Formats: sequence, structure tokens, C-alpha cells
Amino acid sequence: MNTLIAIIGLGVLCLLFEIMNFRKAIIPVTILGLIGILGLTLSEINSPATYHNNMIVVNKFSVAFSSLFIVLTIFLVALSDNFYEKHQTKISDYIAIKIFLLSGAVAMVSFGNLSMFFLGIEILSISLYVLAASDRMNIKSNEAGLKYFLMGSFASGILLFGICLIYGAMGTFDIAEISELSQSAELPSWFFIGIVLLTIGMLFKIAAVPFHFWAPDVYQGAPALTTATMSTLAKVVAMAALYKLLTAMNVEITYGFQIVIVVISIASMTVGNIMALKQTNVKRMLAFSGISHAGFMLMALLSATTAAGSLLYYATAYSLAGIAAFTVLLYVCKDKENEEISHFNGLGKTNPILAAVLTASLLSMAGIPVFAGFFAKLMLFTQTIQSGYLIVVIAAVINSIISIGYYFKLILAIYTKDAAEEKQSTPFAFYAVAVLAIVMNLVIGLYPTLIMQLLG
Amino acid sequence: MNVLLLLILILVGALATFLSGDKLASKVALFFSVAIFGYAILLLNQFNIGYDISYLSPWIANPKVFMILEADGLAMAMVVLTLALTPIIIFSSFANKFNNSKTIYALILFMSFAMCGTFLAGDGILYYMFWELSLIPIYFIALIWGNGDAEERKKAVVKFFIYTIAGSLFMLAAFAYLFTKTHNFLLVDFAMVNLTINEQFWIFLAFFLAYAIKIPLIPFHSWQANVYQKSPTVGTMLLSGIMLKMGLYSVLRWQLQIAPLTAKIHIYIFVAIGIAGTIYGSIVALRQKDLKRLLAYSSLAHVGLITAGAYTLTLDGIRGAVLQMIAHGFVIVGLFLAAEIINRRYQTNTINELGGIRTHAPKFTSFFMILVLASVALPPTFNFIGEFTLLYSISQINLWYAVLGGTTIILGAYYMLKMFQTAMLGETNKKEFSDITLNEGISLSIIVAVLLFFGLYPKPIIDLITPSLESLLVSINRFG
Repeated sequence: MNTLIAIIGLGVLCLLFEIMNFRKAIIPVTILGLIGILGLTLSEINSPATYHNNMIVVNKFSVAFSSLFIVLTIFLVALSDNFYEKHQTKISDYIAIKIFLLSGAVAMVSFGNLSMFFLGIEILSISLYVLAASDRMNIKSNEAGLKYFLMGSFASGILLFGICLIYGAMGTFDIAEISELSQSAELPSWFFIGIVLLTIGMLFKIAAVPFHFWAPDVYQGAPALTTATMSTLAKVVAMAALYKLLTAMNVEITYGFQIVIVVISIASMTVGNIMALKQTNVKRMLAFSGISHAGFMLMALLSATTAAGSLLYYATAYSLAGIAAFTVLLYVCKDKENEEISHFNGLGKTNPILAAVLTASLLSMAGIPVFAGFFAKLMLFTQTIQSGYLIVVIAAVINSIISIGYYFKLILAIYTKDAAEEKQSTPFAFYAVAVLAIVMNLVIGLYPTLIMQLLG
Repeated sequence: MNVLLLLILILVGALATFLSGDKLASKVALFFSVAIFGYAILLLNQFNIGYDISYLSPWIANPKVFMILEADGLAMAMVVLTLALTPIIIFSSFANKFNNSKTIYALILFMSFAMCGTFLAGDGILYYMFWELSLIPIYFIALIWGNGDAEERKKAVVKFFIYTIAGSLFMLAAFAYLFTKTHNFLLVDFAMVNLTINEQFWIFLAFFLAYAIKIPLIPFHSWQANVYQKSPTVGTMLLSGIMLKMGLYSVLRWQLQIAPLTAKIHIYIFVAIGIAGTIYGSIVALRQKDLKRLLAYSSLAHVGLITAGAYTLTLDGIRGAVLQMIAHGFVIVGLFLAAEIINRRYQTNTINELGGIRTHAPKFTSFFMILVLASVALPPTFNFIGEFTLLYSISQINLWYAVLGGTTIILGAYYMLKMFQTAMLGETNKKEFSDITLNEGISLSIIVAVLLFFGLYPKPIIDLITPSLESLLVSINRFG
């Protein structure tokens, strides 16, 4: 509860700073504030509580995921100074929107009531619509914003319809009450229709196949930092929320529903990977790779009762690697028209540190050991086999092999081609974020217990 | 004192090499690799007089993973092989001037770290991590310092990488499956779990994919010749001398222990796959024009026979496999060094462009001759002992298999001697060929000395490996 209030307070403070002409201080103060909030959040981990008639529920799950979101936001804010160099006058807006986005994200994992959940997802989505279109003189960014907005509002509509049906069936928005009522023998059929609609809405946000069509275009068109936000923060938020929705409402995940998850999971992995193989634009490639990672994360739903830890771990591993990769992309594609792979040529010579970071983050996403991505996959695999879905694991293994193909396309460009341009200077923030993100990835790769004990 | 310290030392060596700068890198790497080899001998000595040099500590709570390094005779033999070859490989490459040499020497040491880890690991996940980790340095060594056309090299190396990762991912799936039975990844527990015949079959197959690609066995060998040819010689030596032994070792250590029934039921098939590789490798080697490619195919033939021996599931077969692994490790490194020596002087490895080197360089010719003879398993070289034991064990399974396998000795002698004749003998070559330098001489002498010494006196190695192989066989035969 305190987390949410503090985050919103920080967002308002950002806007006030602009008025008070403290523009230079916005980013440092925000980062410090977020670090403080991170401490505040983690201090609540062992004291579960509910607030405001069960509107907000603080428990280990919400604290662990909120902390992850805050860490990701710190990284994203740290990158903003340099990225918005040319839009200094609007910096307070950008930062404030990011902070509000974070508040939506936190609400989405600590809700105790479906209306709170809907508020959260709307705050998150609207912030993202604005950020996607934030490069307002760029027609691509406008296109991305509008596309995302149109598709996103449809998804929100479906989601809301689902919530209404659940309300119709249960007569309450409260998660705990729904969970209790769903134990009873006779449930009206529209309860299940509601759950399905809710799932569809969330799958859209996650960009799982077949609800993924918006993702590549929006990712490519949106400013790179927004793409980073969408593919790391927004994706894991939606995944965590979907997981929480299905488990907290105690929806008995029936066999039929599991088959649907199996199909969507396999389809997301396969389509995402195969499409990624053909991309020459790195942002698009990462978008498709994100779709396939969504497929991996959906595997967690197959062993829903026990998978919270592995989901958190996968989300952390994936988003840290994603942040590191996007940081390098921001550096390489700064002042460039597009994000073709050829821009990465010779990075190994011009900037060995960032090249190493990008290599490491791609290796992590590909699931090569020592990096966290490996353990993330391993945990999901063991759990999924335990719940009896060997077929999904085999599909996932085959997909991991395919994914190496395109991750290595980038690594090859870095190390075997010659650079076309001279070395450009790298801002400190980029180094700091890239190295820190990958070091964190490595550390949790070597000590997975650090993350797992949060939900232990 | 335990093997953990050994691994840490190698890692420290790699780091020190990387930090020492391009000028000093090769010397620092040599210093560390020799020191580490010395430490390994010290450990081996302690092991022989009965000290426990294994290491065990919990690592990850959920899922349960242990940091367990199990040093038995077999593992120690492989570790010492790795650490003996590493300084030779580093020393023999002094004449090559690498760009960014601090990185390549650090990568060599790092790779030796990962390979030692693979031999020692007693937990599936730890093992898998080392297994994959060893792939990353060789990928960059072959990619960045390799020779030939950059585009072609890239294709060959990426194919190799994707191929091997693909295989090992199935192994990972097998581990995940085994985990659901034992709730940890310990090899000792895997080796005790009672799997049905059907389960064993699929797990065996998953492992087989990983190892058949790494070793390589036909029909999974198509990456090999290209990568051997395109890699720099240090990379080829690492690949052929040590890395393919990871696959062979894992067959003994992991595959046969976890799923022995499949190997027993289908014994004729798996031995036949090995022998088929031997024959195929020998025949293809006959037609090679490039010296490095020829050696690659000869290597394919040798590992085929080793695999066949290992799959006989007899003590003789397994022991022969281990002996031949060690012998082959030395001889193939020596042969690739010879190829490199020729390449340094003539800038080519095409056999037909050579010839008449003998009169220019008698010392080099003698060394090369000994290596060629060792490779075709002439007594009293170490290779003879290995090859003979292997063929004997195969004859216990089926006499015709042994006859077929035996023909490869004849074929091997034919293509190796023909190559030697074309490349070294004949009319004096018009181009000058300076005889071996001191550096090359020392490297070759060490290799030849090892091959001859253990050829005459193999007892230390046999004594070292036999107890652990016997307990391995007990575990393999546990289903009666």
C-alpha cells in the first residue's frame, strides 16, 4: 500500500519539479526516490496485509514482483536523460508518465479487487499509448501510438466485458470472495466465459500468438526507449497479472483450459522464433523474440500452484537481459534512421564493453548456462514435465535451438564485420545500466536462490 | 586440497592472462598452465595415496543443485590429459602472432577450465553448465582467429555451434525428466533410479544426440572437417585433442550409467555405428587433398573405434576406450602441430603442393614419421595398446565387427603413409624449408616422449583408471 502511494507521490513530484524549475534534478531525484521505494517495498515482504476493504493485498507475490518492476523502472529512468536529450523541455512529462506507469504495474500485482486490477491495467496501458506516440514529429511513432491505442482499447473492452460477466456470475469484484464462491458446485456458464475473455485481454497485453499482431509494428515504430519499456516491463507485468488472476481467483484450471494454454504457448514460441529469424531490424527481431519468451512464460500456467517462483525468476532473467540489450541498441542506433542489424557491425572493435554486454544478454535470452536465462528455462522445464506436459518441453527445446539462429546473427555482426563508422562516445548512464543489468543477470544466474527465496 | 582449487587456479590464470596485455599474454598463459599442470600432478599424487580430493557443497536450494566435483581415477586421468595438453598447445603457438593475443590465450585457459569442470562435475546441472561453457571460447577462437574466407568460416562455425547446442538441449530435457524422478540432479542418484526400458530408451537417445554430435559419430559429423580446417591450429588442437573426449567421457560417465539397459539391448546397433564411423572416416580420409581435413577424418575414424569399444560394455572395451582417448589426444595434437609447422613455412596445407621436405628438414621428418606411425597404432607406441584392446573387446561381441574394425588399421596405414610420402618424400622441394625451431622441437619431443613412454609402460594409467572403471561397470550391470 505504501509502495503505491509513494510511487504516485513521486510522479506528482516530477511534475512539480518542472513547475519549480528544477528540471536538472528530476532524474537523480527520481532514481533516488525509486531506490527508497524499493527499500520500502522489500521491508513489507514478511508482513502480508490488506488495505481498504481488500482493495490492495500485500503479500510475498506482490512485493517480489513490485520490486522487480521498480528495479526495471530505475534502469529505464536512468537511460532517459540521454535518450531525451533533444526534448529536454518535456523530460518531466516523460519521467512522470514512466512513474505513473509503474504505479499501474504495482496495482496490477497487488490488487485484491477486479476494479483495482482494471484501474491498474488502464493506467499502464494509457501511459504506454502516450509513450509510444511520444516522438510526435515522427510519423512512425504516431502510427505506433495509434495502432497500439486502437488495438489496446479493444483488448481493454474485452477485458472489461470479462470482468462484468464474472461480476454477473458472482455478484462481487472481490478476489477472495470470488475464490470462495468458485468452490461451489454450480457455477453459471458465463463465469467461465468471463474468465476466457479476461485471459484473452491479458494475452493481448502479453502479445501471445494469436494476439500478437500489434507487437512488431508498435515495437518498431515507438521510440526505442518506449520499446524497451514495453518489451521488458509491460510484458512481465501482464504476465504476472495473468498468473495472479488465474491463481488468486482459484479458477480450477480445467483440462480444456490447459490444452488452450499448451497450444498458445507452443504457437507463441514457434511463430515468434520463426518470424524473428527473418528480421533484419533489431527492434522487430527483439519484438518477435519477446513473443516467443511470452510463450515460454505461459508454460508457468500449466503448473499454476507452484510456478510463482519460476515465473518470477524467468521474468527477472528475461527483463534484465532485455534491458541490457536495449541499452546497447539505444547506444548503437542513436541518431540513426532505423535499427538494421548492419548498424551493429564491428561493435566488438569500436566498443568492446557494450559488445560484450550485448553478447551476454543474447546468450542469456538463448538460455546458455551461467546466465540467468538458463536456469529460468530449466526451472520451467522441470516444472512442466512434473505436471505432465513433456510435449511442451520438447517444443520449447526445439524453439531454443531455433532462437540461437537469430541471436547469433547479431553476435556475428558484432564480431566478424568491420565497422563503418568511427567510435562515438558513450554516456556514463549507458555503461552503468548495461553493465549493472548484465551483472545482476549473472549474479542471479549463479545464485538463483536469491530470487527463489523471495517467494519461498 | 581439492579439485575446486584447481578449477579456481585455471580461472585465475585466464584472468591474469587477459589483464597482462598483448605482449606478455602468451608467456603468462604458459606460466599458469605449467603451474596448474604441476598442481594437478600433485593432486593426482595425493589421490593415489588415498586422500579424498573431491569437493561437495550445496549450491541452489530449489531446484536442488549441488556444487559437486567428483575426482575418481577416470576423471583425474581426463583432467590431467587436459592440463597436460594445454601448456603444449599454448607453447607450440608461440610462433603465431595473434591479434589481440591476450584474449585468445585467456580463452584457451578458460576453455581448459570448462573442460576440466565437465570431467569433474557430479551434478547434472553443474555438468551441463561446464559442457556448454566450453563451447563459447572455441566458438570465438574459431570465428575470430580462424583462417580462410570469413563468410565460409562463419557458416561453418555457426553450424557447429547450433548443432552442438541443439544436441545438448535434448540432454537438458533428459535431465529435467530425470529430476522429476529423483528431485535432484546428482549423478549418483540418477544412476540408482529405476527407469523402465522405455524411459531408458528415450533418455539414452537424448544423451546420444548430444554426444554423437560432439564426438562426432556419423551421421552427425558434417560440421567436423570444415571447422577443423577453418579454425586456427590452437582451436583445432583443443577441439580434437580434448573437446571430443568430453563426448566420449560423457558416454561412459553419464549415458551408460543412467540408461544402461538400452545400450545392452541394442548393443549391436551402437557398436556398429561406431565401426561404421571408423570405416567411413578412413575411406573419406583417403580422398582428402588438405592435410588438416585428412587429419579431421582420421580423427573421425579413431573416435568411431573408441565409441564402439565403449559400447561393448566390457571392461576391456571401456579401458581400451579411455587409453585410446588419452593416446589419441596426444597424437592428434602432435599431427596438427606438424600441419601447422608446414603451414608456417609454405602457407598451405594442400598435400599435392608439398613434397620433398625430407632433405630440407630431417629432424622434422623424423618427428612427423613417429607421429604418423603412432597414429596408425604401430607398437611400441601408446596408441597400439589402446587400439589393440579396443579391437579385442569388439571381437568379444562379434568377430566380424572386429574384422571390419581391423581393416581400418590397414586403411589408416594406407592413407597416412600415402600422405606422408606425398608431403614429405620425393624430389627435393625447390622452396626452402627450414628445419624445426627450438620451440617446435620441444613441443614435438614432449608429445613423442609421452607416446613412447606410455607405450612401453602403460601401467600407471591403467592402475589409475581401472578401479573407477570397475565400479562404473558394476553400476552399468545393475539391472542384471
